[in-house]
Amino acid sequence: MKLYFKYFSIHLRSVMQYKTSFFLTSIGTGLTTFFSFLSMYFLFDRFGSIKGYTFNEVLLCFSTIFMSFAIAECFGRGFDTFSGIISNGEFDRIMVRPRNEILQIVGSRIEFTRIGRLIQAFIVLIYAISSSRVYWSIDKVVTLLLMIVGGICLFFGLFMIYAAICFFTLEGLEFMNIFTDGGRELAQYPLDIYKDWVIKFFTFVVPIAFINYYPFLYIIGKNKGYGLFYMLSPVISMLFLIPSYILWRIGVRHYKSTGS
Amino acid sequence: MKAYISFFRIRFINGLQYRTAAYAGIATQFAWGFMFIMLYQAFYKSNPGIVPMPFDQLSSYIWLQQAFLALYMTWFVNNDIFNLITNGNVSYELCRPLDIYNMWFTKSCAYRLSRAALRCFPILIAAFVLPEPYKLGMPYSWIFAILFIVSMALALIVVVAYCMLVYIFTFYTISPVGARITLVMIADFLSGGLIPLPLLPDWLTKYIDFSPFAAMQNVPFRIYSGNIPADKAALAVLLQVAWAVILVAIGKILMSRALKNVVVQGG
Amino acid sequence: MVIELRGISKTFKVARRNPGLKKAVKSLFKRQYSIIHALDDVSFTIEDGEMVGYIGPNGAGKSTTIKIMSGILYPDKGECIINGRVPWKDRINHVREIGVVFGQRSQLWWDVPVADSFELIRDIYNIPENKYRRNVKKLVELLDIGDIIKMPTRQLSLGQRMRCEIAASLLHSPKILFLDEPTIGLDAVSKIAVREFIKDINKENKTTVILTTHDTQDIEALTKRIILIGKGRVLLDGNIDDLKLRFNRIKTITIDYAGDLNQLPEGMAYVEKYEGHAVIHIDTVEISVSSAISYLAEKVDITDFTVDTATMDDIVVRLYKEYRL
Repeated sequence: MKLYFKYFSIHLRSVMQYKTSFFLTSIGTGLTTFFSFLSMYFLFDRFGSIKGYTFNEVLLCFSTIFMSFAIAECFGRGFDTFSGIISNGEFDRIMVRPRNEILQIVGSRIEFTRIGRLIQAFIVLIYAISSSRVYWSIDKVVTLLLMIVGGICLFFGLFMIYAAICFFTLEGLEFMNIFTDGGRELAQYPLDIYKDWVIKFFTFVVPIAFINYYPFLYIIGKNKGYGLFYMLSPVISMLFLIPSYILWRIGVRHYKSTGS
Repeated sequence: MKAYISFFRIRFINGLQYRTAAYAGIATQFAWGFMFIMLYQAFYKSNPGIVPMPFDQLSSYIWLQQAFLALYMTWFVNNDIFNLITNGNVSYELCRPLDIYNMWFTKSCAYRLSRAALRCFPILIAAFVLPEPYKLGMPYSWIFAILFIVSMALALIVVVAYCMLVYIFTFYTISPVGARITLVMIADFLSGGLIPLPLLPDWLTKYIDFSPFAAMQNVPFRIYSGNIPADKAALAVLLQVAWAVILVAIGKILMSRALKNVVVQGG
Repeated sequence: MVIELRGISKTFKVARRNPGLKKAVKSLFKRQYSIIHALDDVSFTIEDGEMVGYIGPNGAGKSTTIKIMSGILYPDKGECIINGRVPWKDRINHVREIGVVFGQRSQLWWDVPVADSFELIRDIYNIPENKYRRNVKKLVELLDIGDIIKMPTRQLSLGQRMRCEIAASLLHSPKILFLDEPTIGLDAVSKIAVREFIKDINKENKTTVILTTHDTQDIEALTKRIILIGKGRVLLDGNIDDLKLRFNRIKTITIDYAGDLNQLPEGMAYVEKYEGHAVIHIDTVEISVSSAISYLAEKVDITDFTVDTATMDDIVVRLYKEYRL
């Protein structure tokens, strides 16, 4: 959408006012991904493997989900920080403009500093791809891309749900982190290393398994026959946006009936 | 002194107001606790060889970590103090008849304690009743239990002193957010916030054990389940005291220097 | 007819925060709520091109009404039609034709030049390029912001920023303008500039202006009609001149004198009295101004006197008193 690019350029100009600060902050955010990577590295260093998965295989899980999360954050930061937008009255201003609110919210917070995370995740991804023993045929590449795109949709949906909840209460919101940050942390590792109910939960309630586990199995060749399904399963995660959107609209209606 | 107490009281009550936040926090902590335990269990099963910490002790460590997260997490930095510095309103704080360092120190402690107070008991109680080996075990012995409590208090001082240094650092830097994230992340990792320190490679923990980071949560939690033998434990606690004193001293010196050249931004 | 409100009512439920340690712990387990009747059967009609002052004490329901008229909030009961639409039902189309200035909250981006913010607004409203250029030229000229639109918002003084805010809200030539405390915090020169400007666009473009403010001089300078709202109800909806007439029943005489002044006849009352200086209210129904002056001239040696009519401030204060607000 053309308008989004206008938002993009105004944020860019805003950030360029403070070049050094931008640079340093980006490094800072990149560090979070780096330390997660380091933690995983040390654990494998000590334990060697986990439930039959090697370090390189697990790196694929790690890098795809971190990439998805980083990109989703870049776009969806407005929803992620929605509690601030509501409490300082910015949402009223958004409602008074003749444009779709979602577009405006997405445009209102474009944090370039998050690019640190993105670059870091990308580096890990490249390393994971190159050091893995997977033969990267077309179908595997497509799967990988789907994993990332599916992940972006999923996390964006989760951010939207968080924002929708902000309409009802501004307290106790941190439990949503269980799903966003928690989901990300959990899915760094292949989901079957945990108890059974974890996979079930992340298949049927918050479909992270479809972006990170099933396609991953397909890539490393451990899928038990359901080849095509596993490969295309991220598409199911993209459908997660539907309930998120519905919840969002409910939230907006509630706001219009109770004010701030 | 009375001023600090009422300061503390206000902050504490303020922290208690947020009951839904507390419930949410408790749920979150539980979820994370379970998650970590499951993860480490999977690792332990894959390679049940020589581990520096038996699984049941690790479980205790994790639960203590989650229950007292509000006390020791390094990436919780009082935003209002932070904003005071970046937008220049710190000059108002200077008008009060109290020492700024002590004021902010008390504020941080009160905030952490009130948040921890709300959340720790449900988590501790629930963790006690979990089945072995996932549960929070009993302390190793009476002596260790007492040492544990002392160590916890010291750990809080060290953490807050470190955070004070982070605040002070923002006086000197043009990029407060970047500096803050970096310093806080390093501390988080090195204090055992991402992985419990005993699980890090030995060549690394050798050095970390002498740094202030080990004093921030690792020492008390290990003391609790007796992961450190008694003599080493006593030394570790003494090291905590030393770091507490050093960090506070550095903080106070740097603070008074920084205040002398307060550059007021904004307006 | 441009704006029509009929029987608008709105109630809110607000959670109560309790002071003190004991109560804080108690509230951990049970939430208490208070019910606020923000609006109760509010009705009025505003025609095309009118300028209306919407006044009332804080918490009276002013911002709630504005939010309903902007389409941000919908009422529990009642109807509201603006430009043939129901604001909250047809939000995007409705909002295209209104402009809102929230006094304390800025719509300009902080770190970039004001001109950049203007351009983004142009893109948001899809203003055609030639119309945009025309409006910008006119607004810049009338508000005298030519030298400052190249500067980032954060470098502007409050007065400069306010003028840019107002310009920003008019770029899309709205038919209705809601102004919420537009002159708050401004210096005298800026206030006058802003008022003149609002009068101009009202005259030229027939923009309907609804002004909520506590600044009585704003009201005096700009509006002919005021609507007084208190405790959620419309208490008064009338012409300023009529009001002045009504309240001009009481005239104020300020005299400097030599001698002793004690008792006053029926219809006269002291407001202030010092040695040699007095401020006296005269109820013109009871006693005429000339009789009052004669009486005073008889009693003392008047060295100086002025007769004041009620100022807008007086009127507002007396209105509040009358309705016990």
